[in-house]
Amino acid sequence: MSLFSPWHKDNAEAVAAEARDLLRRQLPQASRRRFLARGLTLGGLSLLSGCVIDDNASAEAALTRISRINDWVQGRLFDPSLLAPTYPDSMITRPFPFNAFYDEDMAPRIDAGDFRLEVAGLVAHKRPWSLPELRALPRYSQVTRHICVEGWSAIGKWGGPRLSDFLHMIGADLNARYVGVHCADGYYTSIDMATALHPQTLIALDWDDRPLPPKYGFPMKLRIPTKLGYKNPKHIQAIFVSNTFNRGYWEDQGYNWFGGS
Amino acid sequence: MKADPTSIPSRHDGPPHPLWLRMTHWLNALAVLIMVMSGWRIYNASPLFDFTFPAGITLGGWLGGALQWHFAGMWLLIINGLVYLCLCLSTGRMARRLFPVTPRGVLADARRALAGHLDHSDPRRYNQVQRAAYLFAILDLVLVVLSGLVVWKSVQFPMLRELFGGYDAARLIHFYGMAAIVAFVAGHATMALLVPRSLLAMLSGGPRPPRSDKEIAP
Repeated sequence: MSLFSPWHKDNAEAVAAEARDLLRRQLPQASRRRFLARGLTLGGLSLLSGCVIDDNASAEAALTRISRINDWVQGRLFDPSLLAPTYPDSMITRPFPFNAFYDEDMAPRIDAGDFRLEVAGLVAHKRPWSLPELRALPRYSQVTRHICVEGWSAIGKWGGPRLSDFLHMIGADLNARYVGVHCADGYYTSIDMATALHPQTLIALDWDDRPLPPKYGFPMKLRIPTKLGYKNPKHIQAIFVSNTFNRGYWEDQGYNWFGGS
Repeated sequence: MKADPTSIPSRHDGPPHPLWLRMTHWLNALAVLIMVMSGWRIYNASPLFDFTFPAGITLGGWLGGALQWHFAGMWLLIINGLVYLCLCLSTGRMARRLFPVTPRGVLADARRALAGHLDHSDPRRYNQVQRAAYLFAILDLVLVVLSGLVVWKSVQFPMLRELFGGYDAARLIHFYGMAAIVAFVAGHATMALLVPRSLLAMLSGGPRPPRSDKEIAP
């Protein structure tokens, strides 16, 4: 993946700038325009409210600013000691819904033996991690509700090491602001450090006590029951600690960055 | 010393609808419009029932845009709503205008309204059907905001979540609350058009009390 090489550089600023540049190219201009055009067709509102909001670009800018304020508010609301509710195994949703920006048969197939989790950014130990090494970390299992930004929810059982344990193991700068991930399907996102250190934030290797099937994100996903589904990336290939990379596949198109629940 | 009655400031001196009331009313109308239209778009992403809302009457263009509108509009709805409630309670307007209200009184006024015998000459005095309807709208908006908080932040507001019976139940209540406010707006707008004087009063404040009344007072 061309995106990984810059992540190995030590200078986080340069890395973020390069990543931003690459991602800007990756996100086609057409989709940005589509957001402008269809994102803010005001329908009847412009007729009723007259001249209040007649400029799509300035309306988008205002809404984006408010979304940033809502990031801040959610950061303040987030209680690191508050746990998401857990459920008995009998309440697990079966079949658990598949959801991605592509169809189920397009889910990437990763070879377990070849898999290496890349580690980059503000961390002391940047050596890649194999799957058996990840499995050797203390394992936690929890049945929690996955809430999609679309509104539906489903209860699932995920197991694996805590992200906080992993961040300690790799000597991550725990005062850094963001933990970013890049995925085999081209997906990318980032979360705040407080959520990364939450005890329920898992590097999920298992679903329902078995290795994650490809459709649920083999070989690993981030399971964050305090965040919406789009902040629970699958098929993770690289984890990146930084003070600058606060982006995401959907977030860059207008979804709220914090995406907390 | 005998006080001159015309110099005694009275809360009844102003227009029937003071400026703060008219401003919070129309800002609330705008907030509800934004919340309902963007909410319909969000609903369409994962419908609870066997129907979706026509895209043309929704706001936001797609789910992400609708969410941005919804979580911007919520600030207008909540802040404006709190200003309204504070002023309505502290000025005594709530107690004066919206109470008393009894089931018997609402029924009696509803019968009078259907017979065309209701008197709308004094915009200061709400009949009991109005009082019940306005109180219903206020309580319903409180319900919609609280259930919306659970849908938005079900982990961070555990007590509220349990009060509404969990995330999925709060989502349903949020929808029904929306339906109720839409029904209220339909009735409210119809009545405002049937009695244009009431609509004009909400724009201009309504007729001031005639000064001459005070001057001939003993």
